[in-house]
Amino acid sequence: MGNFELKIAKFIEIFWEQNGYVKVLEGLENTLLIACTGLIIGIIIGTLIATVKVLPKYKTLPKVLNAICNFYVALFRGTPIVVQLLVFYYVLFPLMGWNITGVEVSILVFGLNSGAYISEVMRGGIQSVDPGQMEAGRAVGLSFGTTMMKIVIPQAVKNILPTMGNEFIALIKETSVVSFVGAADLYMAFNYIGSNSYEFMVPYLVMALIYIALVLIISLLIKIMERSLQKSDRRN
Amino acid sequence: MIDVINLQKSFGDVEVLKGIDLTINKGDIVAIIGPSGSGKSTFLRCLNCMEDPTGGSIIFGGEDIVDMNVDINLHRRKMGMVFQHFNLFNNKNVLQNVMMAPAYLRCKDLKKAKRANVVNKFLNTFRKEKVEMIPITQTAAQIQAEEKEHALELLKRIGLEDKAEAYPSTLSGGQKQRIAIIRSLAMNPDVILFDEPTSALDPEMVGEVLDLMKQLAKEGMTMVVVTHEMGFAKEVANRVIFIDEGVIKEENNPQEFFNNPKDPRLQDFLSKVLI
Repeated sequence: MGNFELKIAKFIEIFWEQNGYVKVLEGLENTLLIACTGLIIGIIIGTLIATVKVLPKYKTLPKVLNAICNFYVALFRGTPIVVQLLVFYYVLFPLMGWNITGVEVSILVFGLNSGAYISEVMRGGIQSVDPGQMEAGRAVGLSFGTTMMKIVIPQAVKNILPTMGNEFIALIKETSVVSFVGAADLYMAFNYIGSNSYEFMVPYLVMALIYIALVLIISLLIKIMERSLQKSDRRN
Repeated sequence: MIDVINLQKSFGDVEVLKGIDLTINKGDIVAIIGPSGSGKSTFLRCLNCMEDPTGGSIIFGGEDIVDMNVDINLHRRKMGMVFQHFNLFNNKNVLQNVMMAPAYLRCKDLKKAKRANVVNKFLNTFRKEKVEMIPITQTAAQIQAEEKEHALELLKRIGLEDKAEAYPSTLSGGQKQRIAIIRSLAMNPDVILFDEPTSALDPEMVGEVLDLMKQLAKEGMTMVVVTHEMGFAKEVANRVIFIDEGVIKEENNPQEFFNNPKDPRLQDFLSKVLI
C-alpha cells in the first residue's frame, strides 16, 4: 500500500495542474445534460404512449396508434442501449446525411429509450387511479384529453414518483456508455486522467464516488418532491 | 326534454337493456327502482353515454346523442351526474372541484371564439360577404372570478364554505356527496342524473344528502334518480319506474305505484323491501 499515496499524488497533480478538473466538470455537465434532457423527453414520450394505451378502442385511429406504440416499446426495450447508440450514430444519421454530435445522439437515444420504459410505468400509474375520476371528469363535460391532463395524470404521477426516481437514477448510471459514440461524459474524463498518468486506480475510485454522490442527491430531491405532492393526502 | 327510444345495451353476449322507451319532461323527478342486476344503473349511465348504447336513440337538446359523430361533451355540460362513490377530484380542493369544469370550459370557449375572430377578421378582407365577429364581453380573469363567486355561493348554500380549501380526503361521505351534487349544479345543467347517491353513505348521512336533493326538486330541477330509498321515491318523485330484466315493467305516479302495483314481479319486489 506504500505506493497508494504516490498514486493519489499523481492523480491530484493531473487533476489540478494539467486541467483534469476541467475535463471532469465538462464530463459531469454532459452526464447530467444527457440524463436530465433524456428524462424530460422520456416523460413526454412515455406519457403520450401511456395515454394512447388507455384510450378506449372502438375506433380505428386509437387501434392504429396503439399498434405503433406497441412496436416502439418492443423495439426500444428489446435492444441494448449501446446498440441503439451505435445504430443511431453510425447507421441512421449518416444514412440521412445529418451531421450530429455524440452528445446530441446520446440525448435523443436516452430520451427515446427511457420513453419506452416510462410509458409502461405511466400506464400502471394511470390505471391505478380510480376509473371514477375519469368518469366524473367526463360527466361534467371535460374531454378525454383534458380530464387526463388535469385530473388523472397528476394523481398518477404522485403514485409513480418513486419508480420515476428509479428510472432517473438508472438513466444517470447508464450514461456511462455514451463514450461509445464519442460523447465526453464522466467516464471519458476520468479515463483521460487515468491514461495520462498510466494509473487508473484512483481516478476510477473518484468516479465511483461522484456517481454515488449524484444518486444520493437525486434521491433526496425526489423525497422532497414527494412530500410536497402529498398535500391532498390525509397524511401531511 | 330527453326522449329515449328503444334503448338497447349489451356487454358482449349479455343483453342488459332490451329496448327501453321513456320520455322525461322538464321538471320531472323520475325515480328508477329495481333489483340488483336489473339494468337500472346501466340505463342511467347510457343516458349521458357514459356507457355507449348498442342500439336505439336518445334525443337530448334536439340531437341524437347516441350518434358517435355528435360532440357528447357539449351535451354532458347540460346533463349533470352524481355518482354512488362521489368521485370528487382527489387532487383538487373543494373550491376547485366545484369551479374547475365550468371555469375551464368557459375559458376554452372564449379562446376558441377569439381564435375564430382572428381568422375571420383576416378572411373578411378577401370576402365580399363579411362574416360577423363573435361578440366577446368577458376576459378569462372575469370568468374565473365569476365562477369562483358562483362556487362559493353554492358552497354557502350547503353550509360548507369553510371547507373551500380542504381536500376531499378530509371530508365525510355526506359532505363529499353534497359537494358532488353542487359540482354538477355549478354547470347550470338542465337535468341531473343520480346513480344511487345514498348507497355508499352511512345511515346518519343519508338525510343531509336527501334534504339537498329535495331542495333541488322543489326548485324545479329535472332529476333522474336511481335509488333504493323507497321513502324518497314515494315522497319526492312524481314518476316511479320499475326496471327488471332490462325492460320497464311498470311506470306510474308514486301513490299508484306503491299502493296498487300491477306487475307481479313488482308486487314481489315491494313486499320484500321496507318502506
